[in-house]
Amino acid sequence: MRMENVVCPFCGCLCDDIVVEVEDNRITAVKEVCSSGRSFFLSAHTEARHPTVDGKEVEWPEGIDAAARILTDSACPLIYGLSSTASEAQRKAVALADVLGASIDSTSSVCHGPTTIGIQNQGEPTCTLGEIKHRADLVVFWGCNPAEAHMRHFARYSVSARGKLTPQGRRDRTVVVVDVRPTASSSKADFFLQVRPGSDYEVLTALRALLKDETLDVTDVGGVSVAQLADLLERMKGCRFGVIFFGMGVTQTGGKHLNIAELLALVAELNAHTRFSTMAMRGHGNVAGADCTLTWQTGYPFAINFARGYPQYNPGEFTAVDMLARQEADAALIIASDPISHFPRRAADQLRRIPSIVLDPEVNLTAQEAQVVLPTAVYGVSAAGTAYRMDNVPLPLKRVVDSPQPTDEQVLDWIIERVKTCSA
Amino acid sequence: MMSKFILITGRTAKQGEALHKGKDSDEYRQATGFVEMSRPDRERLGVEEGQRVRVRTAFGEAELELRENDLPEGMIFVPMGPMANALIGSETRGTGMPDSKGLEAEVEPL
Repeated sequence: MRMENVVCPFCGCLCDDIVVEVEDNRITAVKEVCSSGRSFFLSAHTEARHPTVDGKEVEWPEGIDAAARILTDSACPLIYGLSSTASEAQRKAVALADVLGASIDSTSSVCHGPTTIGIQNQGEPTCTLGEIKHRADLVVFWGCNPAEAHMRHFARYSVSARGKLTPQGRRDRTVVVVDVRPTASSSKADFFLQVRPGSDYEVLTALRALLKDETLDVTDVGGVSVAQLADLLERMKGCRFGVIFFGMGVTQTGGKHLNIAELLALVAELNAHTRFSTMAMRGHGNVAGADCTLTWQTGYPFAINFARGYPQYNPGEFTAVDMLARQEADAALIIASDPISHFPRRAADQLRRIPSIVLDPEVNLTAQEAQVVLPTAVYGVSAAGTAYRMDNVPLPLKRVVDSPQPTDEQVLDWIIERVKTCSA
Repeated sequence: MMSKFILITGRTAKQGEALHKGKDSDEYRQATGFVEMSRPDRERLGVEEGQRVRVRTAFGEAELELRENDLPEGMIFVPMGPMANALIGSETRGTGMPDSKGLEAEVEPL
């Protein structure tokens, strides 16, 4: 059977033109897909698997019971992950955090959390990827490398995509890459500005100063000549529709949210001259959905704590790396994420020490260390659901094969019911 | 001989592909177990491609395979993953985000 227009849930591009061929309930081929997406579909675990408790296979009620016991015995539970599951499950995770008085945080805090803080300070001039495809004639990639991390972004949305006002695709666009090193993306650009590591804030401030017709009394800023900056600024002011996409190069380096606020301020000010927009290159398939769902459920996008019976927000206090590194979290529920692979060692070591529960289709390094492992269906492969693209447009994920595994949403529902019984 | 660098960690296409094969697969270990530096830095350090080096920061150390790439002199790159995380601190400066890029690091041939 050939299924068309399948959404790939792997990265924030959420490409919705994937072709999947299925025989005997098995994916045999994936077309119109990048190498990461192909690997995702072909490696997805859809076979029947039992939960495990302390490494031993158990039935589902026993697994749910063990999970609920860990969470209700905890004084400071942490719920973390969420960006590779569907928004239906994210909503249930918030409900569970509310019942437990837990902290809840998504992988957003270690990717574009600083972006959210920057947006809260500055506001966000933004648009959809559709507008960019049809209108953008100047595209800047700042501190991001879509050629390796969002492999079809150029072709579907931003560089070679042909739109109503960009009928010749690549020839209708000027492409600029700003980064600390040459990358696979910079080799595709018309202009590459190589900045010194840690100097994004200064370079953005210099562009804002030039935009205000200030004279700079230096010859270069952050390794880029003032003449190059002035040239970039003239292109920005003179374009019909410009956009700056930005990534971890700006959020993970010194200054973090201040870099983002400066970038957003520059883009807002460019709108006095032309239409200019900006967008974070969101990594995981539904990390944007985690921000959206947590915000419409609690008022806050990440780093939320329910200990007082109502949601409180404080990055640095209720974010997962901080709660683990300070040894505050004494139990963890990890949903669709692998923090032991991706957290700094001190935080990962604490996660190894405390009791933990993992909901994930894959047996990742975090699952290998967990007391309770609840293997769930794969959203977008063996379960339907909703995910938000990097421009915050929600898209329906399809079920392309059947699986006996329950979804994250179902399992979280079971845990909530069991926690309520334990608490009563 | 030891030499000082600025460490950048980040995603690569191979790492993105290999993570679906399992985090304990050889493919993932290979995709996340190397450090890149420029040719002049490699020659100055007197190491060959494929040789193992020790990368050390204020927060930890990792033994990695050396590869050459088109990087600015004085910069090293390690793909995101367990090896990169051994080199990163947990201080987030009130943001939730550790400093994963722009760290001072030393490289020592083994």
